[in-house]
Amino acid sequence: MASGRVILTDGAWGTELQALGLGPDELPDLWNLSHPERVEQVARAYVEAGSEIILTNTFRANRLAAGGRISSTELAEVNRAGVEISRRAAMGRARVFASIGPSGKLLIEGAVTEDELHAAFAEQAEALCAAGADGLVVETMSDLTEAAIAVAAAKATGLVVVACMVFDSGRNRDRTMMGATPEQAAEVLAEAGADVIGANCGNGIAGYVPICARLRAATSLPIWIKPNAGLPELEGGRVVYRTSPEEFARHVPELVRAGANYIGGCCGTNPAFIRAARAGLERACT
Amino acid sequence: MADLNKLYQAILTGDQKTAVAVTEEALAEKIDPQVLINQAMIPAMTEAGNKFECEEYFVPELLLAARAMKASLALLRPLLAERGAEPVGRVVIGTVKGDLHDIGKNLVASMLEGGGFEVHDLGADVPPEKFVAAVREKNPHLVCMSALLTVTMPAMRTTIQALKEAGVRQQVKVMVGGAPVTPDYAREIGADGYADNASSAVKKARELLAA
Repeated sequence: MASGRVILTDGAWGTELQALGLGPDELPDLWNLSHPERVEQVARAYVEAGSEIILTNTFRANRLAAGGRISSTELAEVNRAGVEISRRAAMGRARVFASIGPSGKLLIEGAVTEDELHAAFAEQAEALCAAGADGLVVETMSDLTEAAIAVAAAKATGLVVVACMVFDSGRNRDRTMMGATPEQAAEVLAEAGADVIGANCGNGIAGYVPICARLRAATSLPIWIKPNAGLPELEGGRVVYRTSPEEFARHVPELVRAGANYIGGCCGTNPAFIRAARAGLERACT
Repeated sequence: MADLNKLYQAILTGDQKTAVAVTEEALAEKIDPQVLINQAMIPAMTEAGNKFECEEYFVPELLLAARAMKASLALLRPLLAERGAEPVGRVVIGTVKGDLHDIGKNLVASMLEGGGFEVHDLGADVPPEKFVAAVREKNPHLVCMSALLTVTMPAMRTTIQALKEAGVRQQVKVMVGGAPVTPDYAREIGADGYADNASSAVKKARELLAA
């Protein structure tokens, strides 16, 4: 999949849906059924901003992560609708990679078994594949073991699988919550069958430049980077992310030099970041 | 002769099997459980917490240490109950309404248990009235709330409000935490304490109960 050209992905969905009225108690994924037009609005804004790959509003639509808030009969429906909405918004101008988030349960704690994880991820991956996704993105993972299980389940569909971890722990903020390094992640995710590996969320884009370089050195697979706009801070009761689209874009050429093949944003980013990143990419190529 | 240092090392390195074996040996030798707790177990958990805070330990190491500690404590508990020893404190803990994340909360619960607290875990997505009911029923010293999402943080404020309205706010200390939560936010909503990780949560809990 590495063509030499850097491909622009999308930004955050949750914060964008909130701006359109998603309540704090609502599971964003359920909006695929109740408010498909608003979900499509978010997806379309990314396509219009220049995203060549957009994701889907299905991050929590697996039976473990949804914690009973999506009935088992509705799960497949929510996943299918998620792909269809993104597909409509893409209008043939972007590919649709469907999002698979973490289970929210810790294996090491015994809160879930490997078999349960595999079954939940396989169920979601199959629903997303059947709905016509172009690829699957296993994202925001903190536990490599769980990520590897999700990748294997996703890979069984035959689709291209992207796998990315959150590196936000340790003295240098270069470990996952469970302590894994970028090098360990590269090895385990590749072995599990990932076609693209990477990092998302984290502590902002500047910190992901060296992590991208380390992933690049550790693997020949294409690299996917989607940092957040820094950590959220409260300002007068309002949540703010400090990184501006311009600042974000300034680091985009650095990410390209560090070996990123796919670049987008996570929490706190929006279509303005993608537009700015597009300009940053053009600078990087000239 | 049971080796207290071996117990300390076993807990620190998360070696549950050895921790249990040494504890059993110590009990057979009639060593005072309180000596085991104060001289080996709590120091081991404190050191594990320090290593976590210095980022030498990560979540797995911390969880394994807490698990070894809990397994040893389980052997001591009947003896402690016999002599009417009270736990360090009683805690009701949960992730607030609308928030399904329970990893951080579970970690804090484990560390508190490892620290000798009696922990009542209400789970995730806990509505304010459930916190109120648990306070009435369990009579805790401390209520701990977790939120991982900026959008669910306000439920901490409404829960504190509900405790006030139910007339039980004064009988408990309230501690909050979670990725987006800050000390300023904790103060603003009227919580008594804030901790930014599972290890400092135990320290803070002790501090609050001593106050």
